[in-house]
Amino acid sequence: MEGISKSFPGVQALKSARFELRAGEVHALVGENGAGKSTLVKIMTGIYPDYGGTYEYQGKPVAFRSIGDAQRAGISIVHQELNMMSDLTVAQNIFIGRESSSFRISDRDLNRRAQALIDEFEIGVDPRTLLRDLSVGKAQMVEIARAMSFAETQVLILDEPSAALSEGETIELLAKVDQMRARGVSVVYISHRMNEIMQVADRVTVLRDGDYVDTLKTASCTVDDIIKRMVGREIDNSQKQSSDVPADAEVVLRARGLTSSAVRDVSFELRRGEILGFAGLVGAGRTETMQILCGADPWGTGEIEVHGMPMHFTHPKQAISAGIAYLSEDRKRYGLVLNLSVTDNTVLASYDKLSTGWVVRQAECRKAAERYVAALRTKTPSVNQIVKNLSGGNQQKVVLAKWLLRDVEILIFDEPTRGIDIGARAEIYDMMRGLIAEGKSIILVSSDLTEILHLSDRVIVMCEGRVTGELDIADATQLKVMELATQHQAKNSKE
Amino acid sequence: MSSTGILSRLKSSASGPAMQQIIALAALVVLYGFFAIFGNHFLSADTFLSMLSSSYYIGFLAIGMTFVIITGGIDLSSGTVMVGAALVGGVAYNVWHFPIALALLMVILTGVVFGVGNGVLIGILGLPPFIATLGMQFVSLGLCAVVAKVQTQTYPSLGTPSGVFKSIIYKWGAVPMGAVWLALFFVIAWFLLTRTKLGRYTYAIGSNEEAVTLSGVQVSYWKVWVYVLNGFFCGLAGVIYAATFSSITPQTGNGQEMYAIAAAVIGGTSLAGGIGSLWGTIIGVFVISVLKTGLLSMQLPVQWQQVLIGVVVILAVLLDVVRTRRLNRT
Repeated sequence: MEGISKSFPGVQALKSARFELRAGEVHALVGENGAGKSTLVKIMTGIYPDYGGTYEYQGKPVAFRSIGDAQRAGISIVHQELNMMSDLTVAQNIFIGRESSSFRISDRDLNRRAQALIDEFEIGVDPRTLLRDLSVGKAQMVEIARAMSFAETQVLILDEPSAALSEGETIELLAKVDQMRARGVSVVYISHRMNEIMQVADRVTVLRDGDYVDTLKTASCTVDDIIKRMVGREIDNSQKQSSDVPADAEVVLRARGLTSSAVRDVSFELRRGEILGFAGLVGAGRTETMQILCGADPWGTGEIEVHGMPMHFTHPKQAISAGIAYLSEDRKRYGLVLNLSVTDNTVLASYDKLSTGWVVRQAECRKAAERYVAALRTKTPSVNQIVKNLSGGNQQKVVLAKWLLRDVEILIFDEPTRGIDIGARAEIYDMMRGLIAEGKSIILVSSDLTEILHLSDRVIVMCEGRVTGELDIADATQLKVMELATQHQAKNSKE
Repeated sequence: MSSTGILSRLKSSASGPAMQQIIALAALVVLYGFFAIFGNHFLSADTFLSMLSSSYYIGFLAIGMTFVIITGGIDLSSGTVMVGAALVGGVAYNVWHFPIALALLMVILTGVVFGVGNGVLIGILGLPPFIATLGMQFVSLGLCAVVAKVQTQTYPSLGTPSGVFKSIIYKWGAVPMGAVWLALFFVIAWFLLTRTKLGRYTYAIGSNEEAVTLSGVQVSYWKVWVYVLNGFFCGLAGVIYAATFSSITPQTGNGQEMYAIAAAVIGGTSLAGGIGSLWGTIIGVFVISVLKTGLLSMQLPVQWQQVLIGVVVILAVLLDVVRTRRLNRT
């Protein structure tokens, strides 16, 4: 593909992209969100039939008019969001759209064909299972099997296949990709995860802002080489050297003996101007601890003091009045109303300040939203833009604006950079540092150790619902944190 | 083989759609038993027959409605289309002097035409089904009355040669023919829904329309067919309606679609789409008929029917809500 361009109303998604795929290679496609990766593969697979530039496949120029054209030519795609019908069975999903040449369908026949495919790819599911009863990992495998089941699929495109998978499932996925390569299939692998790319891909093509940047061989480049090309500048990910918080800083939040069904006896203090990192493995009880703190878990017990005042939260409303805001890891679900505008989302928690009785003072809302768009450098055409259309990083800024407008003092960030690309990540880090400079306090929950060590003044490590250690940043290392985070498992395995 | 199939299906559906069918069936049995004990002459053959015949036209409407609801849609026009179609057929017979067979064909054709209209609006032009069919409700209500010049149309009575068509709902020997016709078309619809592409895409569209499109299926085409099929069933319901009531008043029929929607929902068809079955729908239809005739046999005012049907529908939807919540949690 050469000089590919594509524009949507108001956006030039691709300017002059280039991509070359060799037979039997795994070729990673990387770039920040909005770099044009998904658009490029949608052109490859005929979903967008109108574009500029030339597209050759097997030495001949092609013009796919639909996804069906591309499938018949041997190009299949597994989409980013699992695109399956949860109410249908595995077999029905695999063969959707090509059940049989006649009007009539035989489920027995479909099940038989699906079973053959399942055996071939060693997925280990019953073809009669409803898709909604499968784990995300299994569903992903089924979708790959579906993509491979088209007659003579020669190119398999995987758009962020590991985004929703657990570690074990990802390993299984990468093994499948290797298996495809061994069969001579060319794989286009889109991912944000650098270690996966280094592990599975032969070459990497980097896109930035709709332009082609470079193609690298993974055997002869480093992760930093790729990242540098993605963001166009150096990114500082080094560990923070020492805490900036004076030892006598006021304790703004004190938690003692927090206990719920998922956590036991969690105690800690948060001081003014501090970033307190919460490290641990998935399921260690960090999010559950935060839910007690922000009143989302009415059955949680324990003592909470804000500015020395004992508090008891049974509803998020009470925590918010006490000045505690929780920024959920799933911002699309809990942080934003996706179909409302930037303004509406920004003022959502502050209507009592911005209305007279039941009447909302529209102009003031708009001004407030504009103020925060400017302050946080949110990239949006206007404050009337629907939040759904913003990138992940900018959505996160809108969530933050909502709480800043509410004037909270303690912000709990739960996985603030999940699904956010590297460039926007650095901006969010700057924002957080800006917040503590203003005297706010932050609790940072993250599974990304580099992120924790880059930002925190102190690190609390949790494991299986308990606090297993507290480290000053000056003493913390990745190794020490990991040891504490896996303490219980280590003990269990010894027994 | 088949026994393990049934077992595993029962097991896997403990929280699934089959559960709601079982509940609906149990409700049907309980209601029937209740009226058998407390109703006047409820167990008589006459009552049973009138119960059956009151389920015919709702049954046809509900079969078409089930397809529509499984795609995630709704049809608010099917009641008025049914009566409108019967009205147009009456005009064909009385005014245009068509033979009765051709007039009945006009009834079915009118249903199909409105089905095509809904299909084009929803499948091709992309209108939300609620809005498109709400519009079509008014269009069919008005247009058919205009065709009939707002005159009530009367179908020939049973004694006359042309009136012989009414035997479609009366007994032939000991066999109630209406039930036979309903069963016949039920089987055809069941085959379409479970054994053909049309049926498969009906479920698939309701489950995840975007995914179906990305699988290379032309969703708009199949949606049109679903609404055309629904229109066809409205037309069939129109024929039965004509046979049942003989004289058709213009500008009536609105509200009948609600019974069809209620029947489908009672039978476990999810308004969110993707889930549903014709077995459930037919059980739902009978639940409504039993309620209607049973309450009548208890000599309660007719308004109590409405109250109780409303309660049953709310309970059924409540079940649906609880079930959806549980499915989403996993």
